[in-house]
Amino acid sequence: MMKFFRGLFPAWAVEWPKGLNLPLNKWTNDFVEWLVSEYGIIFETASDGILVVLVGLERFLRDLPWLVVFVSVAALTYFAGGRKWSLTALVAACTFFIGLVDPRLWDLSMMTLSVMLVSTAICIGLGVPVGIAISRNDRMRDMVLPALDLMQTMPSFVYLIPAIMLFGLGAVPAVFATVIYAIPPVIRLTDLGIRLVDEDIVEASDAMGASRRQKLLRVQIPMALPNIMQGVNQTTMMALAMVVIASMIGTRGLGTEVLIGLQQLNVGRALEAGVAIVLLAIVMDRVTQAYGGRFIRTDGRG
Amino acid sequence: MALIEIRNVYKIFGEGREQEAALDLAREGVEKNDVLVETGCTLGLKDVSLSVERGEIFVVMGLSGSGKSTLIRHINRLIDPTTGQVLVDGRDVLEFSPEELLAFRRGAVSMVFQRFALFPHMTVLENVGYGLEVQGVDPEERRRRAMAWIEDVELTGYENAYPAQLSGGMQQRVGLARALCTDPEILLMDEPFSALDPLIRKQMQEHLIALQRDLKKTIVFITHDLDEALHLGDHVAILKDGVIDQIGKPNEILLRPATDYVREFVREVKRGRILKTGDVMWPPDEAAAGPTISRDAVLQDALPVSMESESPLRVVDETGVMVGVLSRSALLRGLTDRGGEM
Repeated sequence: MMKFFRGLFPAWAVEWPKGLNLPLNKWTNDFVEWLVSEYGIIFETASDGILVVLVGLERFLRDLPWLVVFVSVAALTYFAGGRKWSLTALVAACTFFIGLVDPRLWDLSMMTLSVMLVSTAICIGLGVPVGIAISRNDRMRDMVLPALDLMQTMPSFVYLIPAIMLFGLGAVPAVFATVIYAIPPVIRLTDLGIRLVDEDIVEASDAMGASRRQKLLRVQIPMALPNIMQGVNQTTMMALAMVVIASMIGTRGLGTEVLIGLQQLNVGRALEAGVAIVLLAIVMDRVTQAYGGRFIRTDGRG
Repeated sequence: MALIEIRNVYKIFGEGREQEAALDLAREGVEKNDVLVETGCTLGLKDVSLSVERGEIFVVMGLSGSGKSTLIRHINRLIDPTTGQVLVDGRDVLEFSPEELLAFRRGAVSMVFQRFALFPHMTVLENVGYGLEVQGVDPEERRRRAMAWIEDVELTGYENAYPAQLSGGMQQRVGLARALCTDPEILLMDEPFSALDPLIRKQMQEHLIALQRDLKKTIVFITHDLDEALHLGDHVAILKDGVIDQIGKPNEILLRPATDYVREFVREVKRGRILKTGDVMWPPDEAAAGPTISRDAVLQDALPVSMESESPLRVVDETGVMVGVLSRSALLRGLTDRGGEM
């Protein structure tokens, strides 16, 4: 029956013709190759720059006595989060638990943390200005938003390969892949935050003769800060997720432990690292949330 | 010459060819709704002309959708007209370069908003000083001048509070202080008291009148409340569907409404608070023997005096010279909408 049905059509309409093939595969490879051969020097310079910061931060965090890190995190939460003891206690307990699960994990957490901090810093440094730009220019927004959709829906492993080709193995391609994966929320929420600023209030600023710059710095950004901080929070979380995945291309840290656990079928080892990742995530989440909450309180309701 | 001149302003919300088509229709006299159906463009203002004298309160009264908020925004160019001219102090604001426009908004004109539009992340002091901050005035000077205005609107002690901590009336006083702090010549007030409780609104009206007595600003005031318009305005313009139905002094609007629309509105007004004895008195009659009353007294204040006296009141000017007589029947006719013939 199906054979008869297929017989009704010419051959080219039954099987997908071999020639009708967009060589996206080849184009991409050619493009990356061309990028590496022509502009390799730029990537190397950028790579060296990131590496210096990264190595410095990692060494600093690992050399710091754990007690100092522990107390700093607790103090940061306490003062940024409106002096709430319960929140501070939760964050301190989570931080303490990372070491308690396995002392080795403390050191690995510091490595993961340093990659994550550098990536998040780059995300904020690039993402906030881009968010501001697209909030003021609809045409630019129409171009940037689909790109963000693409970055978020593309399986994250796909970034790892060009990252290796451009930057080699190690922490720098991990930062590169992490930035691509984690930057969309901070861009989106900066854009949204600025667009959500009450039109009346923007108008009031205009009516007083504020320039675009004055309006942006004094009214729009401060009022968008709760949203921007929400974006920073999400970016931080996504960065952590990606840093773990990026262990596959040789970033050392908690992800490596999970990977080794998987390869050796050592469930316990993978689980311990997994727990440490969750604890680190909770700590980062609460600290950034606490910091974001500060800006909402200036509404005067607190 | 008047300080603010608006000449033949049309405003059509829309773009390109539709907008031009709508403009042509509007010029032919097609009504707002028909223009919308025909072209999809909203007719905001249609051939509006008015002039505001230096130092007066000019009230634009209209219901929602009448275009009154659109009209006031033409004066500081938050909205540009489709065609027409807006002159302030003889200068065409539409010809301003971007720098001139900023300078104009910083110095000559400021605005008070219906929903206050205070900056929620700034204290009262920072809000009031924002106009000076934008001008680049140094913090010490800014603080000094802002504090003086905070005192004038009776908010001393609240300078470090945030807007959300204040009541509506207090917030609008901050809005007023913020607008006055740059010492502008022109104050644009877009339904400033509409969001307030009736009692607070009354207080704010009296507050504004008291301030204006000293300041002598030129105020363009928008409202949907005819009582408020007639109470505050030196001149009142009545706007309907983007067209001005009538411009006149409050007593002219009350006594000689130009259209049925205005007449219908006027019927609801508390006339005793607006009309003065001078508006309804009869020609002087030497035989009149009643007590004297100023020609600037409103009818509701004249009524008890008239009730006490058997003979008509003698209406006098500032120097005490009799300018007319006011019988009880003339007074009562003035209080009803059919008694206005002078």
